[in-house]
Amino acid sequence: MTGPKIIFFILAASIVVFSILSITSRKILRAAIYLLFVLVAMAGLYYMMNFPFLAAVQLILYAGGIVVLIIFSILLTSQINSRLDPPKRGHLLSGLITAVGGIALSAVTILGFAFKPSTEPAIGTDMRTIGLQLMGTGANGYALPFEVISILLLAALVGSIFIALKNRS
Amino acid sequence: MYDFSPLIDSLSAWLNQTFSPFWAGFISMVLLGVALLAFYAVLGLYLVYAERKICARMQNRLGPNRVGPGGLFQTIADLIKLLMKELIYIRNADNLLFNIAPFIVIVASIMAIGSIPFAKGLQAIDLNIGVLYILAISSMGVIGVLIAGWASNSKYSVIGAMRSGAQVISYELSVGLALLCIIAYAGSMQLSEIIASQQDGWWIFKGHIPAWIAFVIYLIAGTAETNRGPFDLAEAESELTAGFHTEYSGIKFAFFFLAEYMNMFIIAAIATTLFLGGWLPFHIWHFDAFNRIMDYIPPVIWFFAKTAFVIYLMMWFKWTFPRLRIDQLLALEWKYLLPINLMNLIVIAFLILMQWHF
Repeated sequence: MTGPKIIFFILAASIVVFSILSITSRKILRAAIYLLFVLVAMAGLYYMMNFPFLAAVQLILYAGGIVVLIIFSILLTSQINSRLDPPKRGHLLSGLITAVGGIALSAVTILGFAFKPSTEPAIGTDMRTIGLQLMGTGANGYALPFEVISILLLAALVGSIFIALKNRS
Repeated sequence: MYDFSPLIDSLSAWLNQTFSPFWAGFISMVLLGVALLAFYAVLGLYLVYAERKICARMQNRLGPNRVGPGGLFQTIADLIKLLMKELIYIRNADNLLFNIAPFIVIVASIMAIGSIPFAKGLQAIDLNIGVLYILAISSMGVIGVLIAGWASNSKYSVIGAMRSGAQVISYELSVGLALLCIIAYAGSMQLSEIIASQQDGWWIFKGHIPAWIAFVIYLIAGTAETNRGPFDLAEAESELTAGFHTEYSGIKFAFFFLAEYMNMFIIAAIATTLFLGGWLPFHIWHFDAFNRIMDYIPPVIWFFAKTAFVIYLMMWFKWTFPRLRIDQLLALEWKYLLPINLMNLIVIAFLILMQWHF
């Protein structure tokens, strides 16, 4: 067993374990922290795939942004002694069926796919390439999605300001 | 001269010859970890000492002066005291989260130190996204602060954690944008390349006035991000006893304390690397004799001297400015720093477009 393989299995095992813990935990902040560990372990996987940019974005957006936001709202709304109610039997059953179905579907798809090692030379993932592609209008350019998403974000910003406005006279 | 890469290369070549690749990688990881940890602990202790000495100087007193010459061993004695203290167990706290919070804070700062270039070749990981990596890793620290405050089950801690969270999330923007200015100048996020681009002059000199503005904003926002005074609302002693770490004792408290000082070191080290030329010596254009003499000073000393200067600046304004209120703090970020920063970035983009920078 080689070093990277061991690290891969550690990361994979922690993703599985913490995902399960995060949905079974009855304490809401603990669930958020387990989710954080899952996201960090996924950043580790991206890093192992030699794509440090995606790993850093995963950390900065999901771990540093979204999880912080979740924790922040938990801090504002819940108390340390409060626990979530155990799920109803019907919900539990339907959730289990959905989960097993999802696992089966992904397993069938993944196992049926022949992973051929690519012979293409690796594309550099430096900042310049990413920036040019993100703003590019030609082939493989992402200028349109980029602009559409920024308009969506702008709308969200305006909306949140309107909601937070104190006197709507 | 003073290039560390042959030393590191020969060490790794020797490891690879003597051991199998797996064990060579394992041993180098352990060596690196031990070296970084030792560096972290020693530097943390002496930053605390420096802070106490500088604070004493500002307040016209002597500071620690009994243990060792000039009080040099005072912080070591303090560490021994902290190690022996009882770890208080809180009955109504969420113990799992209470116990992992200090580790999240300290792991975030240790991982950031790994990518700081101390000298040529003396850098643990040289990622091609170095600056983004440091920003990403250091944004994890606030999670430790937040869950420490919540898990302690204490009003002071929760309020401290909330303040700290609001502050860090807002000031992260300014830190990122100020660094983006230099990234735009240098055209790379790799720390070694940013240093290489300053071979003919540090960015603070080459970058005209926008680089100065970015530097000042970075210092303000960086100080706020480390929760240090005058932005230390998260642990305002007079209102919150100690903020998010009120309930911590012994070594767990020491972890928070150490991480705060090391975060200050990281902020200063990034300022050094991006604005002040990293480990490059100070050169004056067309002044060859002077430049030759400066080249003889090892890069490690240059790096630490510049970092110490930035740290001194941060300590100076911690001890001379009064603490801000939370509304002033957020207004400073969202109404002043952020718009100035965005305008500054546009000006810099224009300068680069017209190739007016050196």
